[in-house]
Amino acid sequence: MSGPSTYNPNSGIERWLDARLPLPRLLHDTIHTFPTPKNLNIWYTFGGILAFCLGIQIVTGIVLAMHYVANAGLAFDSVESIMRDVNYGWLIRYMHANGASMFFLAVYIHMFRGVYYGSYKAPRELIWIIGVLIYLLMMATAFFGYVLPWGQMSFWGATVITNLFSAIPVVGQHIATWLWGDFAVGDATLNRFFSLHYLLPFIIAGVVGLHIWALHVPGNNNPLGIDVKGPQDTVPFHPYYTVKDAFYLTLFVILFAVFVFYAPDFFGNPDNYQPANPLVTPPDIVPEWYLLPYYAMLRSIPNKLMGVIVMAGAQVTLVFIPWLDTGRVRSCRFRPLMKQFFWVFAVVCVVLGYCGSQSVDAARFGIPLVWVARIATAYYYAFFWLIMPIVGLIETPKKIPASISQSVLGDSAAAPAE
Amino acid sequence: MAATMSDAGTRRDFLYVASGAVGAVGLTAAAWPFVDQMNPSTAALALASTEVELGAVQPGQQVIVKWRGHPLFVRRRTPAEIEAAKAVDVASLPDPLANNNGLPESAPATDANRATKPEWLILIGVCTHLGCTPTVSTPQMPEGDYGGWLCHCHGSMYDTAGRIRKGPAPRNLEVPPYTFLSDTRVKVG
Repeated sequence: MSGPSTYNPNSGIERWLDARLPLPRLLHDTIHTFPTPKNLNIWYTFGGILAFCLGIQIVTGIVLAMHYVANAGLAFDSVESIMRDVNYGWLIRYMHANGASMFFLAVYIHMFRGVYYGSYKAPRELIWIIGVLIYLLMMATAFFGYVLPWGQMSFWGATVITNLFSAIPVVGQHIATWLWGDFAVGDATLNRFFSLHYLLPFIIAGVVGLHIWALHVPGNNNPLGIDVKGPQDTVPFHPYYTVKDAFYLTLFVILFAVFVFYAPDFFGNPDNYQPANPLVTPPDIVPEWYLLPYYAMLRSIPNKLMGVIVMAGAQVTLVFIPWLDTGRVRSCRFRPLMKQFFWVFAVVCVVLGYCGSQSVDAARFGIPLVWVARIATAYYYAFFWLIMPIVGLIETPKKIPASISQSVLGDSAAAPAE
Repeated sequence: MAATMSDAGTRRDFLYVASGAVGAVGLTAAAWPFVDQMNPSTAALALASTEVELGAVQPGQQVIVKWRGHPLFVRRRTPAEIEAAKAVDVASLPDPLANNNGLPESAPATDANRATKPEWLILIGVCTHLGCTPTVSTPQMPEGDYGGWLCHCHGSMYDTAGRIRKGPAPRNLEVPPYTFLSDTRVKVG
């Protein structure tokens, strides 16, 4: 779909540059004329929104690093000083903290979109796998960042997450000590986490480049999940999708601003406004909302090693989706059975998140939440390892349209010129 | 140049393999400092010991002091708590080993192996699941089902000898090396 370049250097300068560093050609072909299916809906605007989120996090993060001190004795106070003394420090920090939540909100929509429309299916497996890698890097970056304010949740979150590695037989405890640089989470840990928190966003930016590169080989999937048959099925990326992306990005930024200006601590935990205390664990430690489903899985398994394996496995599973889904039709629009399992899966993810947010011995309607989490965890795994392979084999898909153009314009366009 | 040709390969093959091998060893050697710098520094490794004054601790009370960056539980057990701990069948425990640094690794998790002086239970206050600090249970404010500790993070329950009884933690709370300097003073570490 990327096809031969349509770039035509008009001026002498463009011709000179094109023969030496064809950057204008690259931009022209990827964000201007790039042929894009004409039926992309709102859910396809989140790629651009995610690029915006990464940009916001990098810009605000670089500014915060100018005022932050990565030292166990000074970190908490330096964050408070950013909030109170630095000019607009409160705004930049709230943008950064809420920006992380908005980033994850967008990435989850983007991922569910990919599953619903079968965007991981051939020939787009690598786009999906690179995307999963970005998601894992995002979680690592967010975790490192959450430690930096050195509040109670920072400290104990770091303790619990790094202790996950101690579940590995024989070498686990050595790995934990190696991660800490001490025999407990402390100053050495804080310093290295700051270093990595600054590094990883740039790694993410690089991997995003691979994600887009891989995307531009087969081109976008679309809500119908059928291949582009010719130019009548596409429109140029600019102005059609630049404008559409900009419109929905504006709506997204309004939501972002509502949190930053009216509920800046909505996603935060009040315990993190207490300085870290290595001797007292807060009564309820919870991770940030975007990690809660995994946390619920970890807590639902009454065995340390198995809990860690189940939690890590839930993430590793995502890599295999392109081959677990045996269906021949991509989009759930034409998969009546898969569509139902998909929505159950979406609800199960929310239920897992809810279970993870409640205390470990809580019950609702007389049912212990730990059992709800166990059943939900079982469904999570079953969805990928049983339902995806089996439904793909037994399901009879609905009739798929002959082309994108026919679906968009009706039967009058059924016989395109070619 | 027949002298350089043989079944073992040419002089060029040898140089290729040899330089590759030296390069690989060199890269590994060069990488090690970058891995090892993450490990605890010599300052962190300097083993610290701490002395705890026991005179003010009342029966049924626990004090927490910091030792090597971790909380240390010093609990003066009541006779009822000691009896409850002694009454447990060691074979029925999830972790039947004492996990006591002052004893051989294979020592069973009897109450006597967990606390040399029955009245004083001295433990590292780090849940063996994921490292939180468990909350102490008292008759007035029970925590967990076994009268010892409850870890609020993931629900591990410990008994009055600090042994894991229920929940995801795999091992009993660790007993640090300690010696009593007098009846009211103990040195840990």
